[in-house]
Amino acid sequence: MTTKPTADADMDADGGTDTDEVVESGGTAVGRRIVLGVAALGVAGILTGRTLQDRLASVMAPIQNADPTGLTSLIPLGNTFRYYSVTGSVSRPTAENYRLTIGGLVANTKSYTLADLQALPQTTLVRDFQCVTGWRVPQVHWSGVRLVDILDAAQATSAATAVRFLSFDGTYTESLTLDQARRSDVLIALQMLGKPVSHDHGGPVRMYVAPMYGYKSTKWLSAIQLTAEVVPGYWETTGDYSVDGFIGASNGRDDDPVG
Amino acid sequence: MTQSVEDGSSADRLVRFSTAERMIHRSIAVLMLTCMATAAVLYNAPIAVSIGHRRIVKLIHITCGFALPVPILLGAVFATYRADLRRLNRFRRSDWTWLRSGKRRDGSIRVGKFNAGQKLNSALSTGAILVLLGTGTVMYFPNITRLSWRTGSTFVHDWFALAIGLLVIGHIRFAIRDPESRVGMKTGSVSAAWARKQHGAWAAEVASEAAARNGAAEEEADVSGRRADAR
Repeated sequence: MTTKPTADADMDADGGTDTDEVVESGGTAVGRRIVLGVAALGVAGILTGRTLQDRLASVMAPIQNADPTGLTSLIPLGNTFRYYSVTGSVSRPTAENYRLTIGGLVANTKSYTLADLQALPQTTLVRDFQCVTGWRVPQVHWSGVRLVDILDAAQATSAATAVRFLSFDGTYTESLTLDQARRSDVLIALQMLGKPVSHDHGGPVRMYVAPMYGYKSTKWLSAIQLTAEVVPGYWETTGDYSVDGFIGASNGRDDDPVG
Repeated sequence: MTQSVEDGSSADRLVRFSTAERMIHRSIAVLMLTCMATAAVLYNAPIAVSIGHRRIVKLIHITCGFALPVPILLGAVFATYRADLRRLNRFRRSDWTWLRSGKRRDGSIRVGKFNAGQKLNSALSTGAILVLLGTGTVMYFPNITRLSWRTGSTFVHDWFALAIGLLVIGHIRFAIRDPESRVGMKTGSVSAAWARKQHGAWAAEVASEAAARNGAAEEEADVSGRRADAR
């Protein structure tokens, strides 16, 4: 047979000439260098990303959190709320048909309308919101009813040791021990960021458990039940999250505590 | 060269991609687009809330992400894939001229099988896929590294995802603007006229190989003719 031009003749000769257009093996292995360069950039980013992220976040967080379109969230800049929903579309109750029920091991089962909750004494907290995945929104305004007030009104029986939170998304649950639930920085939040809690943030009513990671603060709150023992919540059974989710003291993280 | 590839070429159609290459390209495309769509659900607030189902979306994203290198590595089995990888790797002086030139699309700079933009895209995409795979692994197995590296990985994963998203969108945009290039990836062959205009040096290379084959065939015919004479 014929001897066809060998394309591999000077495969690894860098800085080759451009004279021969038949064979494309000349030139330099720039592609490989780009791949390695990009990989090196990635490694550098892993090592320094935490510092870079903190700096970017302090600049960008005020802008991103004030952006109603959510478009700036396309740019992964920093400490801004990310919206997590574990089910399909979540219903949107109105101020009229929203109900929060208190049940389980209590003497007085109760059902609150939004107006009922608004009529109770309100507590305001300005605290960071720390997600277990790393982002932290600084100095968020929260306001609502202290959980302890609702628990006192319901009168837990002596068998109750824990409080369970249910969401009207139909899937999400969370729990606190009774002692944790009675802390003064645990709110049934009606307001967040200075206005009624929006649907995306878990409105009209959500939990805010200040000293713990965000997953402990149930969104779209619909029911509170007193139970004989702590029932691990959604991410604690599906994602290996700590049941006692104190910020900086759980989930293998060392974030600054909130509160 | 295998016989079947040669048979696909005719005077007006040139074989550009083998079946293996096209299947690999398709697999990567499906996995990459799935990763991008699920990433949008995981990251963008309005989409995240309207789609929900975070756990399933995350599972799909992670599965497709870890599967993405499989077709790329599988390609190493095929000679046609390895040969094109070699071409994509090598940058010649004319590639830099092409990148800088305002006339790079009119065919006056004769381009090989891949133009410099395609070479850049493939190298940048490969690097970004490696980084996304590495940072994704760190994020998925939280116990294998220290916390600050995990935070760094999240940061890098976010930015590289954005960058590769732009690369893919650019890649698709160029494909939309050039129907014959899509025919090439769909059927495996392109028109000779398109090849001469867009990849002149490659068209010449294919032509000279064909000429060499024809020459060899004639030579053989001559030899057997002479043998017949000698008898």
